[in-house]
Amino acid sequence: MRELLSVNDLTKRLPATGPPVVSALTFSVGEGEIFALLGPSGCGKTTSLRLIAGFERPNAGAIRIGGQCMADATTHVPAEKRGVGVVFQDFALFPHLNAAENVGFGLLSLSRAERKRRIEETIRLVGLAGFEERKPHELSGGQQQRVAIARTLAPKPDLILLDEPFSNLDALLRQTTRQEIRDVLKEAGTTTVMVTHDQEEALSFADRVGVMRNGRIEQIGTPEEVYYRPRTLFVAQFLGRTNLLLSDADGMEADTPVGRVALNRKAQGPVLLSLRPEHLTLKEATPGGTCAGSVLARAFKGHDITFTVLLDGSEYLVHTHNGMPFQPGDSVELEPIEPAVVLETSAG
Amino acid sequence: MTRVLAYLRRPWSWYVLAPILLVGVGVIVPVIYLVLRAFEADANTLGDLVFRTRNLHLFVNTLLLAAGVLALGSAIAFPMAWLTTRTHTRFRRVFTLFGVLPLAIPGYIMAYVLLATTGSYGTLARLFGIEIPRIGGYAGAVLALTLATFPYLFLNLRTALLGLDPALEETARSLGSGTRRVLLRVIAPQLRPAFSAGALLVGLHVLGDFGVVSLMRFETFSYALYLQYAASYDRVYAACLALMLLALTGIALLLEARLLRGLLLHRTGSGPPRRIRRTSLGAWKGPAYLFLLGTATLSVGIPATTVAYWMFRTEPGSLADLAQALWASLSASAPAALLATALALPIAYLGVRSPSRPVRALERVAWFGYATPPLAFALALIFFSLRSIPWAYQTLGLLIVAYGLHFMAEAVGPIRSALYQAPPSMEEAARTLGRSPLRAFLEATFPLLRRGLLVGVAFVFLSAMKELPITFLLSPIGFQTLAVNVWGHTNEALFGAAAPYALTIMLISSLFVGLLLMQSGRPMRS
Repeated sequence: MRELLSVNDLTKRLPATGPPVVSALTFSVGEGEIFALLGPSGCGKTTSLRLIAGFERPNAGAIRIGGQCMADATTHVPAEKRGVGVVFQDFALFPHLNAAENVGFGLLSLSRAERKRRIEETIRLVGLAGFEERKPHELSGGQQQRVAIARTLAPKPDLILLDEPFSNLDALLRQTTRQEIRDVLKEAGTTTVMVTHDQEEALSFADRVGVMRNGRIEQIGTPEEVYYRPRTLFVAQFLGRTNLLLSDADGMEADTPVGRVALNRKAQGPVLLSLRPEHLTLKEATPGGTCAGSVLARAFKGHDITFTVLLDGSEYLVHTHNGMPFQPGDSVELEPIEPAVVLETSAG
Repeated sequence: MTRVLAYLRRPWSWYVLAPILLVGVGVIVPVIYLVLRAFEADANTLGDLVFRTRNLHLFVNTLLLAAGVLALGSAIAFPMAWLTTRTHTRFRRVFTLFGVLPLAIPGYIMAYVLLATTGSYGTLARLFGIEIPRIGGYAGAVLALTLATFPYLFLNLRTALLGLDPALEETARSLGSGTRRVLLRVIAPQLRPAFSAGALLVGLHVLGDFGVVSLMRFETFSYALYLQYAASYDRVYAACLALMLLALTGIALLLEARLLRGLLLHRTGSGPPRRIRRTSLGAWKGPAYLFLLGTATLSVGIPATTVAYWMFRTEPGSLADLAQALWASLSASAPAALLATALALPIAYLGVRSPSRPVRALERVAWFGYATPPLAFALALIFFSLRSIPWAYQTLGLLIVAYGLHFMAEAVGPIRSALYQAPPSMEEAARTLGRSPLRAFLEATFPLLRRGLLVGVAFVFLSAMKELPITFLLSPIGFQTLAVNVWGHTNEALFGAAAPYALTIMLISSLFVGLLLMQSGRPMRS
C-alpha cells in the first residue's frame, strides 16, 4: 500500500505560549486506507484533524500528502489548495442551497454538463437520488450526513477527514449509516482519517486505529491489535472494560490473584496484566483451592452473561456464553482462556 | 500594547483591518482632541471652568431629569409589560404595538406635541376650549423624554417576562409563597438584567438629549454645551462641558456593568419550559384597560392627532421645502446606514468567531461611540476636523462618517445574532471545497447574514434620520434635514410650519418600526 498521508513530529500549542495540545504526533496512512484517531475529548484529535485540513498552522513538524509538503516550518498550503475534504460533526451544510447545489459547491473547474453528471453520480453513490431539490432542513439527520459525505466526495479529494461524523445521529441510525458510509468510502477508494471518542465506532469503521492521549499517540494498530494487545494501561481501559491484575511475572507465565496465568510476551518481576472479561471463564471451585471467589452479581443479557466475581477483596468481570449455570453466592474459580496482556509500566 | 500589535500582525487582509482602523481612529482620536482642547487653558482657568456653581446646577438638573424619566418610564413600562404578557387582557398584541410605536416619535417631536397641545394657543384650547398651562421646563422635559424612551424599558422587560421559566414561580408557590412574595422574590430579581439594560439605554438618551431640553428650556449639560458652542463660542468651556458629560456617561456605563457582573440568570434544568400561566385581573380589569388606553393615547394618539391638526392649518405651497428637507435627510441617512453596517460587519464577525481581548476592546470602542452624547461627539469631531482635516469640515462626507461611527453599535447586534446561526464549520467546509477565505465568507456565511444586515441598515437609517444634535453641529451650511426643520420651527413656536416635517419623520419611522417588528417576528432560518 502506497503512503498517502504522512504526519511527522507534529506539534501545536494553543495558545502559542501554552502547553502543546498536539505533541510530536507521528503516523502515516496508506492509499485507500481508513485510519481512526481515537481518544477522549480534549486529547488533541480534533486539533490534529484541523492541522491536516490546513485550518491551523503547526508550531513544529510536517505534513505531507501524496508526497507533497503541505506544512512544515516554512510552508503552509492554505486549506483550499490542499485537496483535502472534511466532513464536519455538524455536517455544515449550506442552508441556503439545496442538496444538489451543496454537492456541486466544490466542483469549480468542471463544465456545466460535467458538473451535473458528477453531482448525479455522487448523489446516487450515497443513495440520495430523488432528494436533489431538498433543502438541508427538509432532510433527516442521516440524509444530511450523506449529503455532507457526497459534497466532500464530489471533487474527488485525495484525502477525506471525518470529524466525529456519527455523533449527531441517534443510536439506531448510527450503526447502519456507519456501515453504509464505510462501503461508500471503500467503493470510492478514498483515503480517510476519522477522529472519534467512541471506541466501538473506531474499531468497526477503521482499518487501523491510533489511540491518542494528551496530544500523543499511545498505540497504533489494527482494531484487533489495539483491542487484544493494548500496550498501555490507558489503551487497555479506553478500548473496553478489562480486568487489571498486579502480578509477579517469570518468563511467559505469572502469578496473579486469580492463579497462575500465561502471558502474551516475556516479562520479569512485578507487572500489570490486562485480561478482557471475554477472555475469562468460570469453573466450579475445587475444594481446598486457594483462588476461589464468589459470584457477586449475574446480568443476563440474552446472547451472553456478565458475572461479577469477588476474589480477595477485588471485583472481576467475566463475560461468558449464556449457558453458564452459576448464580450469585456460588463459589467459583476464574480461568483465563487467552494469555494475559503485559502492560508497559512507564505510561501512567 | 505589544499584544495588540502582535494581534494586528496576524495575516489579516485589508478588508478586515481597514474598517477596524477607521473605527478606532474615528472614535478615539476626536475624544483625544477634546481633551487637548480643554487643557489648552492654563490650570487656573481650567479649575475655574470646572468648579463653577453653574456646573453643579447643570449636574443636578441632568441627574434629576434622568431620575424622573427613569421613574416615570418604569411606572409605565412595568405594568404594561406585565399586562401584555402575563394577564388575560384582551388586545394584547395591539397594546404591545402601542408600546413599540413611540420609537417612531423622536423626543423633540414629543416635545413639539406637548408644546403645541397645551397653553392658550394649543390644540386643546383651540379644539375643546380646555386651557391648561403650557407644559415646559422640568415637567415638560420629563414627560416628553419618558414618552419617547419608555419603549426601551418595555421591550426589554417584555422579552424577559416571556423568557421566565414558569416552573420557578410554581416551585415558589408550592413552597408556600403568596402572589406578592413570588413577585418580589422570584420575578423581580430575574427582571433585573433586562431592566438594567433598558435603563441604561434610557439613561444614555437622557444624557445625550438635546432636542427636548432645548425646546423645553431646561438646562442640562447638553443644552449648556449647545448654548456655549452656538452663542459665545467659548470652546474651552464647551470642551470642558463635553468632557464632564462624557464622564457622566462613563459612570452610567460602569454602574450598569457593576450591576450585571456575575449575573447569570437562565434556566439551569433541562426539558422544554412549560407555557406561561396568565393571571386573571378580576376587579382590576377596569383600571388596567384605562391605564393601557391612557398610555396609548398619550404616547401615540395625541402626537398623531396634534401633528395632523397642525398639518391642516399650515399653508400649502411649502412642499418644495419639504421635498428638499426629505432629500437632505435621505442623502445623509442612507449612506450612513450602509457605512455603519459595513463597519459593524467585521466587528461582529471577529466578536463571534475569534473573541479575544483586543476584539472585546474593539467592541467596547464601538459601544463607546454610541454611548458618547452626540453633542460631545460632534464637538470632538469638529475640533478634530478643524485641526487635522480642515477640508472635510462642514461637508456631507464628514456628517455621514459621524453618523456611521455614532450609530454603528446598533448594527452590531442584529449581525451578531445572524452570525450565531452560521456555524464556522460552514466556512471551513467552503475552504476545503476550494474557496479562499474571503470567498468562503461571501459564499457560505454572507447569504445567511442578509436579514441581519438588513435589520442593521434599517436601525441605523432610522436613528440617523431622526438625529438632531450631530446634524446641527456638523451639517454643511444650508443643509436642513427634516429633524432640523422640526426643531427650528418649534423653537420659534411655529407649530404649523413644523407639522409637515414632523409628520414625514413619523410616517417613515413607523414604516421602519413595522418592518423591524415583522422581521423580528419571523424565525431566522427556513
